[in-house]
Amino acid sequence: MEIFGVPLQAMLGQLLLGLVNGSFYAMLSLGLAVIFGLLNIINFSHGALYMMGAYGAYIGLTTFEMNYWVALVVAPLVVGAFGMVIERAMLQWLYKLDHLYGLLLTFGLTLMLEGLFRSFFGVSGQPYPVPDALRGATDVGFMVLPNYRAWVVLASLIVCFATWFVIERTKLGAYLRAATENPKLVQAFGINVPLMVMLTFGFGVALAAFAGVLAAPIIQVNPLMGSNLIIVVFAVVVIGGMGSIMGAILTGLGLGLIEGLTKVFYPEASSTVVFVIMIIVLLVRPAGLFGKEK
Amino acid sequence: MKQKTLIALAVSAALLAATAAYAQQAKPGAISGDVVKVGVLTDMSGLYSDLGGQGSVEAAKMAVADFGGKVLGKNIEVIGADHQNKADVGAQKAREWFDQQGVDMITDALNSAVGIAVTKVAGEKKRILMDVGAASTRLTNEDCNPYTVHYAYDTYALANGTGNAIVKQGGKSWFFLTADYAFGHSLEADTANVVKAGGGTVAGAVRHPLNAADFSSFLLQAQASKAQIVGLANAGGDTINSIKAANEFGITKNQKLAGLLVFITDIHSLGLPTTQGMFLTDGWYWDLNDETRKFGRRYFDKMKKMPTMVQAGVYSSTLTYLKAVAAVGTDNADAVMAQLKKAKINDMFAKNGYVRADGRMIHDMYLMEVKKQSESKYPWDYYHVRATIPGEQAYQPLSLSRCPMITKK
Repeated sequence: MEIFGVPLQAMLGQLLLGLVNGSFYAMLSLGLAVIFGLLNIINFSHGALYMMGAYGAYIGLTTFEMNYWVALVVAPLVVGAFGMVIERAMLQWLYKLDHLYGLLLTFGLTLMLEGLFRSFFGVSGQPYPVPDALRGATDVGFMVLPNYRAWVVLASLIVCFATWFVIERTKLGAYLRAATENPKLVQAFGINVPLMVMLTFGFGVALAAFAGVLAAPIIQVNPLMGSNLIIVVFAVVVIGGMGSIMGAILTGLGLGLIEGLTKVFYPEASSTVVFVIMIIVLLVRPAGLFGKEK
Repeated sequence: MKQKTLIALAVSAALLAATAAYAQQAKPGAISGDVVKVGVLTDMSGLYSDLGGQGSVEAAKMAVADFGGKVLGKNIEVIGADHQNKADVGAQKAREWFDQQGVDMITDALNSAVGIAVTKVAGEKKRILMDVGAASTRLTNEDCNPYTVHYAYDTYALANGTGNAIVKQGGKSWFFLTADYAFGHSLEADTANVVKAGGGTVAGAVRHPLNAADFSSFLLQAQASKAQIVGLANAGGDTINSIKAANEFGITKNQKLAGLLVFITDIHSLGLPTTQGMFLTDGWYWDLNDETRKFGRRYFDKMKKMPTMVQAGVYSSTLTYLKAVAAVGTDNADAVMAQLKKAKINDMFAKNGYVRADGRMIHDMYLMEVKKQSESKYPWDYYHVRATIPGEQAYQPLSLSRCPMITKK
């Protein structure tokens, strides 16, 4: 069976790979959406923090002999803590100002972080091995899927839906959402809003670092790995609707699939297709697919 | 009678010595600005900064130090700048260097887009460019000019070396993974020609965007083509990530990868387990002989990495330029170019190398096979040298030149 001249098997294979890439888009755009939704900050340094997560795993392995599974927990915690320091030291003074200030500050941070890592590690990057338990590949009928890629999809789905559940379905999530609507009133009920905001930012950053550790065995750990990805992730957030949690997850996965198909039919356009979709969505639904008009 | 001849001989010898000594002292005004300035224009922070970058600047400084720090009694200065891989930034910097800073020679100029932009400025200002890091054959063809030397390698030599060797070994059917811009297209086309000329076939090609995030999908297409050889017509990070994904998806079990532009820093970064058995063409390798090893180790002491062919080429081009200035007694670009095209180049980079009328520096190229981990005995011991390709065969023959300076004749 063929679809537009492409065998069905090849098509399914490409869709599965699209889903893997979509998992990364989903995790990264989720972090951005949480931070934007609750702090109103457009966090341009998200890509650099993702890169720091990957380097966390690399440094952990080479300097402290920390294995992959430990790194998967430790690197996000460390980078998340670093995020909280940024929030307390710099970002908290910008909440009342225009979005542009937050964007400029985080953009500057990105340049500094990338510059620092570049001067330590060079640009060719460092290799990170696939953990032993996930080596090898499984024949899924229409293609041979490396086990590690299957794990990426699984891990990302668990993390994404857990995040969605906490924010949309629990009491803690309700506090968070209330605090973004009206921080003064929530504070009056005895809830420590600045602490909550700090932890939220830390969590969003930790998500980026988690994605970074997941990516380390797949692509070369490289100081510029974040900036190659971040622009697409911003487009994903815009398409999904700024600040919408479920929007970010579903759009991330969906765009991964569409990009995967583009790579089969017209590979030259695979880096642009996301932006074409973004333009169409902005024309038809300016608030994004899942966003609410304010 | 005999005595007279002896006296005459002695006098003429003394005279010759005197003129030689005189030539070593610059005539007044023979050195512009009383200093010889070498500008290293390179990528200091982007994706090519490991294979050129600060290492290129250091290599140029080593050449100046080895030359003695002075030429014709005047100081030699090395300055470096970042062109950010942008053609306009590179051209702007070259203009400023030639016009305001009195730079006499620009070297490195890696990235083909930047190289082509800078060669135009050099031609217009009548100053010398010794391009080392750029790959495009356009520098000595469509965009050739009398003030440019293309020093270390080009896409023709790469395609020729790797393509030929693999076809001869029986790798007859090819599929290309090509970076979707001028450099990738010309590397693919050059290699496809070599493959077809050797009796091979090209099953197809997939064009991927520059700096693609994920290569697995393109590699599956290469796998589906069932071609024996997957040719990587890309560079830097794109090559690294293609090789990584090819290993992950087990493509290297049934098909062989051919890296068409691979630097030793790429191999170092990927590690031998991922790259073993791969063929590649290089213009220089630190572990070729005692001379190259000596240079490699000196460089390593400064930079903590072994030099790439680009960094070694920057060293050699700077040294060759200074020798030419000393020989003609001036830094006047026309006089120096005439000398560059006349003298043989013999140093740790090239043996009996020479600059052809179109500006192409002809020297031997090497076909390498990446060692297995078990064969690598010491740090940076990465290659088996499988063949030495004589310069005359490695580079595009003048008869095929599209350079107006050649075709007009």
